[in-house]
Amino acid sequence: MVAIDVKELSKSWGKTLAVDNISFQVKEGEVFGFLGPNGAGKTTTIKMLVGLTKPTSGSAYVSGYNIVEEPREVKKRIGVVPESSNLYDELSISQNLRFVSKLYHISSIRREQRIQKVLDTFQLNEYSNRRFAKLSKGLKRRTILAAALLHEPQIVFLDEPTSGLDVLSARNLRQVILELTESGVTIFLTTHYIEEAGQLCDRIALLVKGRIVEVDTPEALRDIVQDTPLLKISIANEQRLAPDDLQGIQAENIMLSHGEISILTQDIQGALSRVMEIATEKKITIHDIQTVKPGLEDAFIQLTGLSLESMRMEKEGKR
Amino acid sequence: MSIIEELGGILAIVEKDLKAYYFKPPNISWGILFPIVLALSFSLRNPEGLTDLAPGLIAMAALFGTTSMEAIVITFEKRVGALERLQLAPITLASILISKILGGTIFGLVISTIMTLLTTLFLGAEITNLLAFTVVLLLTTIVHSALGALVAVSVKEVFEAQTLSNYFRFPMIFLCGIFLPLERMPTALRYLARLLPLTYSVEALRATMVETAEVILSDIMILTGYSILLLYLSIVLFRKNQE
Repeated sequence: MVAIDVKELSKSWGKTLAVDNISFQVKEGEVFGFLGPNGAGKTTTIKMLVGLTKPTSGSAYVSGYNIVEEPREVKKRIGVVPESSNLYDELSISQNLRFVSKLYHISSIRREQRIQKVLDTFQLNEYSNRRFAKLSKGLKRRTILAAALLHEPQIVFLDEPTSGLDVLSARNLRQVILELTESGVTIFLTTHYIEEAGQLCDRIALLVKGRIVEVDTPEALRDIVQDTPLLKISIANEQRLAPDDLQGIQAENIMLSHGEISILTQDIQGALSRVMEIATEKKITIHDIQTVKPGLEDAFIQLTGLSLESMRMEKEGKR
Repeated sequence: MSIIEELGGILAIVEKDLKAYYFKPPNISWGILFPIVLALSFSLRNPEGLTDLAPGLIAMAALFGTTSMEAIVITFEKRVGALERLQLAPITLASILISKILGGTIFGLVISTIMTLLTTLFLGAEITNLLAFTVVLLLTTIVHSALGALVAVSVKEVFEAQTLSNYFRFPMIFLCGIFLPLERMPTALRYLARLLPLTYSVEALRATMVETAEVILSDIMILTGYSILLLYLSIVLFRKNQE
């Protein structure tokens, strides 16, 4: 069965085309990853699917309901966890959950049972009377997820669920996501943590400049670049190296970040010789040279033509 | 669309807004202080009583009571994403805005009721038709709460909501017959006053307090029309800004 069916969906804001004719399907019970840099159209796509904004053209069905013609039916069947908080600072966890349960018309008999269930699931019992504003980031995230699951949605949209969380909180949240899929819930996930997508997702769609460039399983995406070795050269004095210096190297992709040159190439020998020449010429010290099998991150770089570093920097607001 | 589900959603949002924003100690104290200070100031200026001024003061309390908080509440929720939380629920945008307007209406009613009690119990004003007075006061708070909603959906920031509110609030105080009867105004200003809902509120409240209640039916109809129009414009503008 298909949980989400998107056909030639587009969205433009004035002259800007945010989402450009995308089509994909998400199966019931699947964890579907939506990956791309900032401005790729991920959030706009989610906003269209959850009924917050209307598409300019194309169609989409969520749980079998048309997102434009039957938004109310769609909203009854979905839970949404946005990247930033959307609950009420002034209310306690219990008050927030009670309010959300009323919005979703959960009967008063079932209401307390459901609230208790999500409090137990997310280990929020001891904080239930604490004001939302006073919670840590991890607890806030758990509360937002609890609120999104209160009405037992069939599909959950998670926008950067582990963004800004510490390692332990992120791991706990990933565990909860996996438990959700075991109970048959479909997950639509956006993240800029490529390896997280690799761990969690059954399939991943790569989105660049509003267009889907690839949809496949993490394994299949890895296989695209697995035949091409990745040369990693760790250097000192990175500042002496200009990006143009590396352009003569025959490679499918070259990246320079945090004192490491990564070269995806079939011609390891040629690439290494050229880097050694440049290092001698620019008086750059080489610390380490490795040849590794490329991973999902490298597949992402090759398929999207973007560097991961630029994606992270955009995300952290450094550009 | 289930009307019962929509009503349930509206009541839930109103209850949440009152709890989370309106009935917080600073707002309650402002809500009590504002009418007291206003009534005392004018009673010192008019020691013989506030019979003539009372309808205007009550309308003014309703105007400030509704718009002061409501524009902030909507703009704040838009800013922090909480309004989006409401839009994700199976409830229409019209119901969301109606619930916001109701929140402002209840707060405005509390403040204007305090003002009514002060002017009638202590400052010599009288209500000659209580039922008509109640209807007019309710409509006055609804229409100005709807005006607050329209202001809030027009702007992005909380401070913009405050500034824009003042653009229409202060001229309304002078144009709508609170201090100076419309008949004594220049013709151009009289026409301008007729465009503002507060004029009809003051006129209708005055009719229920110092004159006969028979002349206010047209005012009630105009205030109802303005309420519907302002709600409709708020929905249209909100949708347009979102797209």
